[in-house]
Amino acid sequence: MGAESPAPRLALRGIRKAYPAVVANDGIDLAVLPGEIHAVLGENGAGKSTLMKIIYGVARPDAGEIRWEGRRIEVPSPQAARALGIGMVFQHFSLFETLTVAENVALALPGERDLAALARRIEEVSARYGLPLDPRRLVHSLSVGERQRVEIVRCLLLEPRLLIMDEPTSVLTPQAVRRLFETLRQLAAEGCSILYISHKLDEIQALCHAATVLRAGRVTGTCDPRRETASSMARMMIGKDLPVCEHAEARTSGEARLVLDGLCLPAQDPFGTELQDIRLRVHAGEIVGVAGVSGNGQQELLRALSGEVTLGRAEAVKLAGVAAGRLHPGRRRRMGLGFVPEERLGRGAVPTMTLSENTLLTAHRAAGMVRGGLVQRARLRAFALEAIGRFAVMCGGPEAEARSLSGGNLQKFIVGRELLQAPRMLVVSQPTWGLDVGASAFIRQALIDLRNAGAAILVISEELDELFEICDRIAVMAKGRLSPAARTRDTSVEEIGVWMSGLWPGAAPDAGEAARAPAP
Amino acid sequence: MTELLVPIVVATLAAGTPLVFAALGELVAEKSGVLNLGVEGMMLVGAIAAFAATVASGSAWVGVLAGMLAGAAMSFVFAVLALTLQANQVAAGLALSLFGLGLSAFAGKPLESVALQAPQAVPVPLLSEIPLLGPMLFSHQPLVYLSWLMAVLVSLFLYRSRAGLVLRAVGESPASATAIGYPAIAIRYLATLFGGAMAGIAGAFLSIVYTPMWVEGMTAGRGWIALALVVFATWRPARVLAGAYLFGGVTMLQFFAQGAGVAVASQLLSSLPYLATIVVLVLISRNPHTIRLNAPVSLGKPYHPDA
Repeated sequence: MGAESPAPRLALRGIRKAYPAVVANDGIDLAVLPGEIHAVLGENGAGKSTLMKIIYGVARPDAGEIRWEGRRIEVPSPQAARALGIGMVFQHFSLFETLTVAENVALALPGERDLAALARRIEEVSARYGLPLDPRRLVHSLSVGERQRVEIVRCLLLEPRLLIMDEPTSVLTPQAVRRLFETLRQLAAEGCSILYISHKLDEIQALCHAATVLRAGRVTGTCDPRRETASSMARMMIGKDLPVCEHAEARTSGEARLVLDGLCLPAQDPFGTELQDIRLRVHAGEIVGVAGVSGNGQQELLRALSGEVTLGRAEAVKLAGVAAGRLHPGRRRRMGLGFVPEERLGRGAVPTMTLSENTLLTAHRAAGMVRGGLVQRARLRAFALEAIGRFAVMCGGPEAEARSLSGGNLQKFIVGRELLQAPRMLVVSQPTWGLDVGASAFIRQALIDLRNAGAAILVISEELDELFEICDRIAVMAKGRLSPAARTRDTSVEEIGVWMSGLWPGAAPDAGEAARAPAP
Repeated sequence: MTELLVPIVVATLAAGTPLVFAALGELVAEKSGVLNLGVEGMMLVGAIAAFAATVASGSAWVGVLAGMLAGAAMSFVFAVLALTLQANQVAAGLALSLFGLGLSAFAGKPLESVALQAPQAVPVPLLSEIPLLGPMLFSHQPLVYLSWLMAVLVSLFLYRSRAGLVLRAVGESPASATAIGYPAIAIRYLATLFGGAMAGIAGAFLSIVYTPMWVEGMTAGRGWIALALVVFATWRPARVLAGAYLFGGVTMLQFFAQGAGVAVASQLLSSLPYLATIVVLVLISRNPHTIRLNAPVSLGKPYHPDA
């Protein structure tokens, strides 16, 4: 990409933004050409989101200049950005669940009063770009992929000349990712520039024409991703080589520790999913993964496993051979079940309590923490110190409040707390969600080590790469049903992707529709 | 029978009217995500302001205007605390109720022995001459008609207008609304002020129309019932109307029962309207689906635009 060729649609120079605790952007230069798909690559906390907020007018830069088609501009607000022709698809969707698709779109289009006419325009645009949508549906009944389509269509109706996509594929099935890429390529071919924020190297190589790499708020390089290797870009992104997990050969001879036998659970709330006839065996010494787009029953499955919801039939959940379906979480933990929920603050840990107090939440049965009804503070402290030391948790010590830790460090601490109790069975949900590469690799390795020590582990995750890296077998959850578990080395990302839409061999016929959070 | 029916219906509608005003106002505020528990206090301050203004000016309409402004002023205090200073909405609302109770009692001391002439009912031309229905529905105080008009307007505003759509969006997710570019806090301010003004009118109706005098604490918990109405009506204006008249109807029935000498303690009978309203509304609002669809998701949650 020559610098003199057409004038860049968007050019940033020397952008700086400091927050009280951290300099999020420091001297960022970035140029996006018309019709170019430009990747902004970086780890969590590298400053990608702040930079996009500045471009979209949500945050103001402390220094630096923004040029739009050669003209120097200020972007005081999102409306101003939209008026210029900048659209943004957020990572955490900015949709309203209790409103319809058309109402959601109308909110972003000032002066749009006729909802019926708008619905027709939505249908036109969605047909033109291969983004099927029904404007009359309520958003809460849509799958994550469909919600993203709403966001994209909403942007497209403004006829943007620059579209910002913030981590758009983190919630999509592989097939949906491919379809999204086709849409983006079509848009780019029509002259729209696209800023594509991601930390997924393979996607950037497949899609983008240029890339700007950020690390700790600074640009560490620009490149043509089609000419780079994944490892050369990773070095720019994290400053060292990608860590790799060691994965020993699976031992499937162990006893079936965690058995789900025809687990059924009616939907607990109107937007929830009904679990239907879930069958799964997790043996000692293996990791079984549950893939699937969230909202297909994973939350419900977790609650049924942990004991937060008890079941009518005790035999539906067997822990180490004992029927446990009617037991409460405490009883299940005593049988050797460990549990790491996806929400770290609020469910995995109490935000305002110290780390040593947080150990008490699940480890109070461990040796000597409570004697004669009184908490033994010294024991708590020792346990917390051990978790901090063994799992390399960066924190202010055992008396630091849980909420003061970064997401990755808190997750390490919570995983450490569970692992130090030497669970015989462990259920983990989204173990590395929102973590950087280093912390993710550490946690994956810890899970593999626990497996090698003979525990039965169930991992629920949306990250297919992660499941393929650590699991011995993978099953897929779609519309409240669970597929059979396939051996990881006998299956492929493609096959699991097909299963994610409910189409696995022997699936019930009505499960065949595209996987979405089922309407209540 | 019909001779009795007409006064019962007329009295029922009058007894329900303060609830219609207060609950519609609170409904709009709650739809924007603001839980203002100060309705009782705002009604009381509205009542005394309206009463004093009517006594001073001789005009009931000046009184209603004063009540409305006083209610809005009270809600402005709440809005500054809860929206600008990010105080806890529940605590700020409770404080507002207690403050309103005390303030109105203090301000109303000199007016306790003053009596007012209740304004005349205004029959609607032509319509009021319909046999039976005319005297029942179209021979009321102007404020009763206004309450119906407000119910229709609130419905149209919330579900048919763009501004209402924005308000509901703010109530569901102020963060998303801000991201699209709507001033969430300003919208919540307006909704809160509307709620206060409506509570003020409700108070004015009590002190210059329903029982044209000032008694300390004369709202007698109607502000709290209005709050309950909004929740149990699952935030829908038509159900608010139904609940308010149910309350009014039971109020009238227990008066008739007391008059007929039913051998139950009058205090127990007086509690009937509150009990009946809540029981019936709980029963009809059991469907969790309608609640999830209609409840403002971010109700009562403070919102920091910068966070």
